[in-house]
Amino acid sequence: MNPWLIVLIKSAVLLLVVITSFAYAMLAERKVMGWMQMRPGPNRVGPWGLLQPAVDAVKLIMKEDLTPNTADPLIYRLAPFISLVTAFSVYAVIPFSEPAPGNLWAIGNVNAGILFVLALTSIGVYGISLGGWASGSKYPLLGSVRATAQMISYELSMSMSLIGVLILAGTTSLAGIVDAQHRLWFVIPQFVGFAVYLITAVAETNRAPFDLVEADAELVGGFNTEYSGLRFGLFFIAEYINMLTVSCIATLLFLGGWSPVAGLSIIPGVAWFVAKVALFMFVYVWLRSTFPRIRYDRLMAFGWKVLLPIAMLNLVVTAIVVAFTG
Amino acid sequence: MHPLVKNFTNMNPYGPVAVFVAVAVAAALAFSLLPGLLAQRKPNPEKERAYECGVEPTSSVSGRFPVKFYLIAMLFVIFDVEAASFYPWAVQMHVLRVFGLAEMVAFIVVLAIGYAFVWKNGGLEWR
Repeated sequence: MNPWLIVLIKSAVLLLVVITSFAYAMLAERKVMGWMQMRPGPNRVGPWGLLQPAVDAVKLIMKEDLTPNTADPLIYRLAPFISLVTAFSVYAVIPFSEPAPGNLWAIGNVNAGILFVLALTSIGVYGISLGGWASGSKYPLLGSVRATAQMISYELSMSMSLIGVLILAGTTSLAGIVDAQHRLWFVIPQFVGFAVYLITAVAETNRAPFDLVEADAELVGGFNTEYSGLRFGLFFIAEYINMLTVSCIATLLFLGGWSPVAGLSIIPGVAWFVAKVALFMFVYVWLRSTFPRIRYDRLMAFGWKVLLPIAMLNLVVTAIVVAFTG
Repeated sequence: MHPLVKNFTNMNPYGPVAVFVAVAVAAALAFSLLPGLLAQRKPNPEKERAYECGVEPTSSVSGRFPVKFYLIAMLFVIFDVEAASFYPWAVQMHVLRVFGLAEMVAFIVVLAIGYAFVWKNGGLEWR
């Protein structure tokens, strides 16, 4: 069989898996938040509400697609597309299980894996900032400018927090970083980097308590106020897929990727990977149902005055330890 | 090369990545075109007006904007370029050892002076 045809089939299957994961991550969030708030969550469509994502998708597709007459029509349509393409494309380089011939472990194991992921997530900011600007409406514009300032500020601390891992691993390949953790997961020597990464990851994906972008009380719905129907849905899909992406990166860089816990190698690596990603997704929901939204000036001050110095200090300390002992 | 970095084929790994990105673009394009085919359409001048809490829009959106956002953007560009220059150094750290450390500490000291200057002059305050 033509190897390119195999790659095409693998890509299509992986994309379907990612979209399905998004649908059930969303349902799981609504279910878990329901339980945390002492209510059942979605439970009308199918057993335990399991068919809810399909019903939601049909509803969004059938809804009227409105464009405000003050909007820039081309960029207005382009923005959700940019968000979604960048969110999807990251999965081309993420390895899901131990490498073996004939194993679907990564579409392409590029040796600049972590750089590829960071580059694509940076482009994702354009989707939000252009979407708010092109709507030609006040609240989306305010929401998108805030979002852009927040995302670029936290992106800085995020890229700084990962450097400690790179010093220890000595490679930017995601599979190589997992392999470098065969004795000790990096969450232990890099716990400061891990903490900074976790906080910046929540801010980068615009989730509570850093969801200033959507701040419904003051900005109606933020950058996506004017979007309706499936175009709104595209932003929504991109947000959840980005949550899954940062969970995957945290798993690969700090929790040893597909490596088993307590030597339980009977359970396949991909199951461990999924379990660790699910753990991070649960933390997201837990944070959302626990914390109130932080104020914008405090958010910016926290990013620039607390997280950035901590991340740099962590980098220097790691470098000193590696220079003299590693 | 690291044993895990091999791909079990003689394919350049960026080839499959390009295929995946093409599939992702096709899927996102399909999602973008779907509402045009399936969604109902009942246009109405009220619906097409920009949302403004239900009242008549009072002014246009283009206009003055707080300068503090521009400052954040400039600081981001400066510090992100610095962050990017850490990456190749970090990967080679286990080879460069003390020499690499000394080089980077000099760089970080310069960076820290700039950071302290911005902080002292209120560049990080949100007013």
